[in-house]
Amino acid sequence: MSLIKEHDHGTPARPGPATVSVEIDGRTVQVPEGTSVMRAAAECGIDIPKLCATDNLEPFGSCRLCLVDIDGRKGSPASCTTPVAEGMKVRTQTPELAELRRGVMELYISDHPLDCLTCPANGDCELQDMSGVVGLREVRYGFDGENHLDLPTDSSNPYFDFDASKCIACSRCVRACGEVQGTFALTIEGRGFDSKVAAGAGGTFMESDCVSCGACVQACPTSTLQERSVVELGMPNRSVLTTCAYCGVGCSFKAELRGDEVVRMVPYKDGKANEGHSCVKGRFAFGYASHPDRQLRPMVRERITDPWREVEWEEAIAHVGRRMLEIQAAHGAGAIGGISSSRCTNEEVYVVQKMVRAAFGNNNVDTCARVCHSPTGYGLKQTYGTSAGTQDFKSVDKSDVILIIGANPTDAHPVFGSRIKRRLRQGAKLIVADPRRIDLVRSPHIQAEHHLQVRPGTNVALVNAMGHVVVTEGLVDREFVAERCEDFAEWERFISAPEHSPEAVEEITGIPAAEVRAATRLYASARNATIMYGLGVTEHSQGSTMVMGMANLAMATGNIGREGVGVNPLRGQNNVQGSCDMGSFPHELPGYRHVSDDVVRGTFETLWGRVLDPEPGLRIPNMFDAAIDGTFLGLFVQGEDIVQSDPNTRHVTAALAAMELVVVQDLFLNETSRYAHVFLPGTSFLEKNGTFTNAERRINRVRPVMAPKTGKHEWEIVCEIAQAMGYPMKYDDAAQIMDEIAMTTPTFAGVSFARLDEVGSVQWPCDDAAPEGTPIMHIDGFVRGRGRFVLTDYVPTQERSTRRFPLILTTGRILSQYNVGAQTRRTGNSAWHPEDLLEMHPHDAEVRGINDGDTVALASRVGETTLRVKIAERMPVGVVYTTFHHPVTGANVVTTENSDWATNCPEYKVTAVQVSPKHPAPARVK
Amino acid sequence: MSAAQTPPHIRMSNEIAVQFRHRDPAWAAEQIAAHIRAFWDPRMRARLLADAGAGDGRLDPLVVAATALLPPAG
Repeated sequence: MSLIKEHDHGTPARPGPATVSVEIDGRTVQVPEGTSVMRAAAECGIDIPKLCATDNLEPFGSCRLCLVDIDGRKGSPASCTTPVAEGMKVRTQTPELAELRRGVMELYISDHPLDCLTCPANGDCELQDMSGVVGLREVRYGFDGENHLDLPTDSSNPYFDFDASKCIACSRCVRACGEVQGTFALTIEGRGFDSKVAAGAGGTFMESDCVSCGACVQACPTSTLQERSVVELGMPNRSVLTTCAYCGVGCSFKAELRGDEVVRMVPYKDGKANEGHSCVKGRFAFGYASHPDRQLRPMVRERITDPWREVEWEEAIAHVGRRMLEIQAAHGAGAIGGISSSRCTNEEVYVVQKMVRAAFGNNNVDTCARVCHSPTGYGLKQTYGTSAGTQDFKSVDKSDVILIIGANPTDAHPVFGSRIKRRLRQGAKLIVADPRRIDLVRSPHIQAEHHLQVRPGTNVALVNAMGHVVVTEGLVDREFVAERCEDFAEWERFISAPEHSPEAVEEITGIPAAEVRAATRLYASARNATIMYGLGVTEHSQGSTMVMGMANLAMATGNIGREGVGVNPLRGQNNVQGSCDMGSFPHELPGYRHVSDDVVRGTFETLWGRVLDPEPGLRIPNMFDAAIDGTFLGLFVQGEDIVQSDPNTRHVTAALAAMELVVVQDLFLNETSRYAHVFLPGTSFLEKNGTFTNAERRINRVRPVMAPKTGKHEWEIVCEIAQAMGYPMKYDDAAQIMDEIAMTTPTFAGVSFARLDEVGSVQWPCDDAAPEGTPIMHIDGFVRGRGRFVLTDYVPTQERSTRRFPLILTTGRILSQYNVGAQTRRTGNSAWHPEDLLEMHPHDAEVRGINDGDTVALASRVGETTLRVKIAERMPVGVVYTTFHHPVTGANVVTTENSDWATNCPEYKVTAVQVSPKHPAPARVK
Repeated sequence: MSAAQTPPHIRMSNEIAVQFRHRDPAWAAEQIAAHIRAFWDPRMRARLLADAGAGDGRLDPLVVAATALLPPAG
């Protein structure tokens, strides 16, 4: 495939029917009202020369290259800023216009380095292109006058350079930073000839608020902002469309290569999840895939204290198969199991659960969604009938009120965070419920109407209070509830009880009652109000209850089943949704159907040729408990570092140490592989062929840009293990696996690689009734028929602050790092976050004699670790926060066994701790 | 015995029960039994049933009532 270059229409599309008819160079075109002359021309195949215009930014009208003549109008207006009018006649090519454009280009080139042949953007430079388009042959002004050619290059960013000498001051970077990313880190400093792009207050890019999303680099028409990889490797010459392997937004990218070497990842304009935007992880942090730490050959050892021994694939797979069978022979069929990964494709996950169910003969399969969004699966299925978010990302463009609970989109889901910010700048109102003052509470051009600074562990009390206000202040959408829901009357009685009033729970949540009432009125009175939530909802002892509480709130106010509304989980990892869809939970076959359902089980039994276990299997925490009890002794772990990511490290490592066979399939040796007997090297997303499903249920293709560096696809390895255990499991390619998924799973019935290659992506359910997929769910009725109101008693967590452990720790993530950091720590992203820090309110620090940057001991009842403190006024008094990206910190050494009552999702967000000054020391468990 | 030392099946079943403490006890027992039946591995259910039979007071009464509604595990 050659290099993909999306057509640039110059200015953004305008919504609405194409009702305005114009004639451009004799061609007639009809476009929506408000469309620019430039875009209308582009739509009928006429590209007007331009430099400051591009179709993901509002027109600016500064470069004066896109001038046109319009019948009946004086002068030559800029086509980018001139909207079409009915009957307008436009000429884009006249001798006078050509002369004007050459004159403009002469001025630009007179102050631009003439180093095209050695410039890294040679062949990909709009200034160069436009010089050719306008026929520039000479620069009458010469090159000796005052100029900017000696301006220095800012190389502070690890991924791109800012060479000010090449800047044409078109403002595209400044506008991209504001309009697309919403950070407003760049500005034009000075006036007239002195105008120049400045980062922040005039320092370097790294000193500014720049989040390195790459929007400015993409927008730059010259080589002023240039990826360093292009400087070092040269211009790419082919593209492969694929999907980012980081967060649950699932951005589409063009992997641009020279031969088999990835030069850069460029966000794809037609990607439905990201529409051409990106973040620092997806755009730049792909270097881990070729990092020398990659373990590319299988390894085996008898005991975890032995050194690793590299072996051939055949030996490793035979060893795994033989040992798994030996464990089952000695301890029973249920003594082994597997964990699938949300970082792997749907196809890779599907074969893992199939291996467990058909070859292992049990349902001991779980996935890392256990520790993040399993309460979403439970809560939304109980209330709405399906375990997924209700909307597509685009839906938020129609939201009038956005309620964000326990999520930090600008860090964890940055591209969607930018979309939210854009909608807020257009006038939508924001309510944030979070203990921390996340960036969305107040950032450039963004101000939340209400920040409900809820105490960790009291979400359910808050959502009940909001429900109370809805019911008692007459804010219920009675028509919606009567037509669409059930069990409302009982919920209404429950929620209107005085103990749920904002006043009654003020002491519990810490939020002033008036603030809760005002925020609820804003949410409930909006034309369209949407709820976005994250792990600050799910990772609690009442995570599932809170999901149901939010579902109740949306139903009661009629905010379900159309654009702009809904209840939407922001999924952490790239394929959390998909790994759950594929039957990774121990009680559900693919498509969220319970293993006890004889009909569903029969479908798979017929196809797979094995009788399947009708009993639920072990969840991940249950696996650990059973390992310590001696009834669970063999574990296959696909792409998850459970020692670093799961709570109570001591408990996890004790469980793994008690097992007879731990098999780790991953890119790198990690904390879990310290306890492994077999290491099977995995493939990066650049080597995978398959699909990821993002948080909006969008199934996107993941296409390989190179062959597996390990010699095998991950699904092949799993199939071969099953074969080694005597179960015939074989596919010719990943497409065949998806065909089997479509054959067995009704919501995927219309999905195939061919279909996805044809249409780009689809959102499940995709079947005969919805062959184009389903962007918004529950439009005419809930999946379960009627939406069900569930009573949501608030039950305090058992984790309480005490005299010994007086602070509450919450954990989370940061923009530049991802999950356990295995990928991002092996990239330039560590320039922003080289270590986990403990964020602490100044008061809590002061009373402990702790200063910013001090090393402290962080201790809970289960363990202690050491890290440095960052004094942060965004923290509430009594609450501290850290991330879990670095194994040296081992944040989960201190988190506990507490979990969600319904799903065992760990309560990462509430751990009673003490913080005390300390000299540096390694992490340890008590 | 601290929470960390309580056997997992006892701790988890009690945590389920407390979610239903304000409901009608008979209905609550049905819900708890249905939940455990739907989500718990048979070996965990077997241990729960064994401990319910022991009657040592570590189980919430709602859990004990729920176990009476559970079929023998296995």
